[in-house]
Amino acid sequence: MTHSPRGSAPGLSIADRLPKYLFPRIGGTAAIALLIAILLVGLLIVPVLQVIYVAFLDPNTGALTLNNFKDFFGSSLFRESFGNSFYVSAVSVVMATIIAMPLAYITTRFNFGGSVIIQSLGFIPLIMPPFVGAVAMQLIFGRNGSVNLILRDKFGISIPFMEGLNGVILVQSIHYFPFILINLSTSLRNIDRSMEEAAQNLGSTGMRMFRRIVFPLAMPGYIAGAVLVFIKVFDDLGTPLLLNVNNMLAPQAFLRISSIGISDPMGYVISFILVAFSIFSLWVSFLFMRGKDYSTVQKGGGGLSKRDLSTREKWIAYGTVSLILLMVLSPHIGLLLLSFGTIWSYAPLPDDYTLQNFVVMWENSGTYISNTVLYAGLAATADVILGTAIAYIVLRTKLFGRQALDYMATASLAVPGVVLGIGYLRLFHGVQVPFSGEPMASWWVIIALALMVRRLPYALRACMAALQQVSISLEEAAESLGASKQSTIRRIVVPLMSGGILAGFVTSFATAAVELSATIMLVSSDSDAPLAYGIYLFMQTPSGRGAGAALGIVAVILVGVGTYASQRIIERDKKMRMSGDAH
Amino acid sequence: MTTNMVGIEIKDLHLSFGETEVLTGVNLTIEPGEFFSFLGPSGSGKSTLLRAVAGFGPTPKGQILIGGRDIVDLPPWKRNVGMVFQSYALWPHMSVRDNVAFGLKERKMPVSEIGPRVEAALDLVGLLSMAGRMPNQLSGGQQQRIALARTIVVEPQVLLLDEPLSNLDASLRVQMRRELLALQRKLGLTTIFVTHDQEEANTTSDRMAVLDGGVIQQVGSPQVLYDTPANLFVANFLGTANIIDGVVEKDGAAARFVTKTGDAIAVGDTTVNSGSIVLRPQNISIVAKDSANSISGTVMHREFLGSQIRYLVDAAGTEIVIDQSHVSGETWQDIGAEVSLNINSSAAVVLAS
Ligand SMILES: Nc1ncnc2c1ncn2[C@@H]1O[C@H](COP(=O)(O)OP(=O)(O)O)[C@@H](O)[C@H]1O
Ligand SMILES: [Mg+2]
Repeated sequence: MTHSPRGSAPGLSIADRLPKYLFPRIGGTAAIALLIAILLVGLLIVPVLQVIYVAFLDPNTGALTLNNFKDFFGSSLFRESFGNSFYVSAVSVVMATIIAMPLAYITTRFNFGGSVIIQSLGFIPLIMPPFVGAVAMQLIFGRNGSVNLILRDKFGISIPFMEGLNGVILVQSIHYFPFILINLSTSLRNIDRSMEEAAQNLGSTGMRMFRRIVFPLAMPGYIAGAVLVFIKVFDDLGTPLLLNVNNMLAPQAFLRISSIGISDPMGYVISFILVAFSIFSLWVSFLFMRGKDYSTVQKGGGGLSKRDLSTREKWIAYGTVSLILLMVLSPHIGLLLLSFGTIWSYAPLPDDYTLQNFVVMWENSGTYISNTVLYAGLAATADVILGTAIAYIVLRTKLFGRQALDYMATASLAVPGVVLGIGYLRLFHGVQVPFSGEPMASWWVIIALALMVRRLPYALRACMAALQQVSISLEEAAESLGASKQSTIRRIVVPLMSGGILAGFVTSFATAAVELSATIMLVSSDSDAPLAYGIYLFMQTPSGRGAGAALGIVAVILVGVGTYASQRIIERDKKMRMSGDAH
Repeated sequence: MTTNMVGIEIKDLHLSFGETEVLTGVNLTIEPGEFFSFLGPSGSGKSTLLRAVAGFGPTPKGQILIGGRDIVDLPPWKRNVGMVFQSYALWPHMSVRDNVAFGLKERKMPVSEIGPRVEAALDLVGLLSMAGRMPNQLSGGQQQRIALARTIVVEPQVLLLDEPLSNLDASLRVQMRRELLALQRKLGLTTIFVTHDQEEANTTSDRMAVLDGGVIQQVGSPQVLYDTPANLFVANFLGTANIIDGVVEKDGAAARFVTKTGDAIAVGDTTVNSGSIVLRPQNISIVAKDSANSISGTVMHREFLGSQIRYLVDAAGTEIVIDQSHVSGETWQDIGAEVSLNINSSAAVVLAS
């Protein structure tokens, strides 16, 4: 039991005897963490805070002021834009709910043959950026689009589907309803059938039971999806821009900055409002979700009880699903028709079909595509490197403040692309690229950096999930066999994470490739433009639409293949691990 | 493949997770070449203590000496301590051969030497033919052997095993524990074996330590611990024990343990004045009514266990378990029968309360 306290041993140097805080020991991991923190602060926190700060500055004197906000709300155009953005987002949520609710209800409650189709249908809209389908939607649902031409011809009526704000609402709700569908179906499936049976046992049935028991239990999932839809629509720039709806917040910010310049305070005020709304909405959904983990599946349970449909109900169900399916696929159908059509104007369908659009697209889009591969490739590579490092630091070290890295990286979800774009323009304004001397704000690398920051949360989540799958004892086994931390990371951790890292790369790459809102602010010349910007340019002229649609098809294929590949990679990985775990 | 045998000494070890102290004042000496077990219920701190020896978990206060050298401040990869994990922790992305070769590669051993060493280790566990397989193509028992081969191939100074058999099914468990012991004897490797299963500990260990609540309760050979438990926890944890409260009455050299109900049991010399007496079920026999030095009671319950019959007897409110070996054709006591219990007092242990 003789215990000689360590530290009083002889042979210590003077440095060892001095207080430790004089020599803060920064290990390798801490140095890397610090580097990442600096990167995130510099490329996310500072630009956003600066945008917010500038919103409170007098443009002439540089003094702190609330005048910009006074000017903003004093202008009828801005008041209208604000109201429109809010209205469009709210109604889009309602519309998306109307689309998603029957689908979720039918697939989770009934033995319905089309359930698999509906559940995969949920992903189809997400693989097409909403702005890509916007023009095609106009040709189908617009005043002189296919549907109204037929309606006018047969019934003498027309429905203003795409007039002004309606168009934005239609395109957005068709694009974003899957967020509600997925979340709602998951919560419905997580409700144990005993919950429902208990209610029936107490005499509550049918719609009444659905309203009083099932819906409240599914509420957290619904709110999560609805809030996501609200924010996405509120922040979106591409769709209103392509539909030529400018009296909304994001387009106004873009137009002010691109036409008046980066010293105009209104863009900053709008950015402040967009960020504030994002954060506020996330906070509200957090409040709603807190303490309401309603997952009630118990042993032997397994989702709501499903019942068979009567013949009449089956017809209604198939009818509803087909109608929704047709609507959801209309942007894709429209895009296909547009890309293969010759002239499509004042007619339900194109006059003739051709491959010419693809030829034109191919001849004019080489730069767009190579730029996209370059920017999205760089961004996604950086994302998975950062994601892996952050995941390791957060999950495997005891470093002080490690959670902050996670929070910072994830915070970029709450920053609209327009705001990040404006932030970079402001931050790099007047700064020059070392050596070449060109202005930093119009340097292509800035676009890649913006994409990197925007897509980091996706890659980070994939890396976190991958590392959580790696049992710590696999690392400890390596260490006890003589492998140092670095060696363990290199030979055990990263190889075991490789599936997740690859999936993260693919997701980041595919979504970065079709990102428009930050890119459109930062592209300074056509030669630097990526694919999404190319589609935007093509769509500006009626003669370019065909080629634009063809490029849109390329984008859809890119994202579709990417999404499919990342799903496959994750599944394959899971399989290997599962069979490896079997004892 | 014999190593220089080293001993392990643990001196006044304290370990906390944050505020909660999980190991309290652990002192232990493990002899070179010994097969030593940590035995205790779940949550008693066995794994924590073992992992402290391997260098995992929070840094403890106190000393851990391996071959006389304090290793508390060394990182795991500098300790040369081999650990086999409960989940085996085979790396799923490497073949069996690469798993086993890993530690040798880390030690920068020339490739020409790695091959033969890996094969020797695989041969030792009888799985040389599996070298090319991936871990997920092996059964649980095979994975277990590979994990063992991977650890011993680097010739560690000590071998640490954390519940290595718990993921195997019952029959394989018995076979593996024999193989494990045979291998340990062959290598002469100082070994610590963590288990919550007393049968595993009893059948393998030279000596063992019983842990409860992060405190070592008793150290000794399985037989010593079973026959002379140092406290009620050990008495209860190892096998079945009848524990009866009472006082010791001394009459010159002779001592008697008098229960609360007034029954007296002759006991050997003891310093205890009042406390409990520990009686193993097989040291009590049912005898004809009214023989001397006995306790009377009523048979409440009877279970036939094959080699034994277990009776539950109510002796004036105290329930006593009695095991009688079963002889073919004998007649059993009926439920409700009035019986006398004869106690083998040389096997009784008196513990202070
Ligand atoms: N990582 C940890 N953090 C906090 N407490 C822990 C941790 N690991 C173990 N403990 C606690 O330490 C005690 C001993 O655990 P352990 O050594 O795993 O027990 P055993 O292996 O004997 O079942 C338990 O009370 C457990 O809750
Ligand atoms: Mg344990």
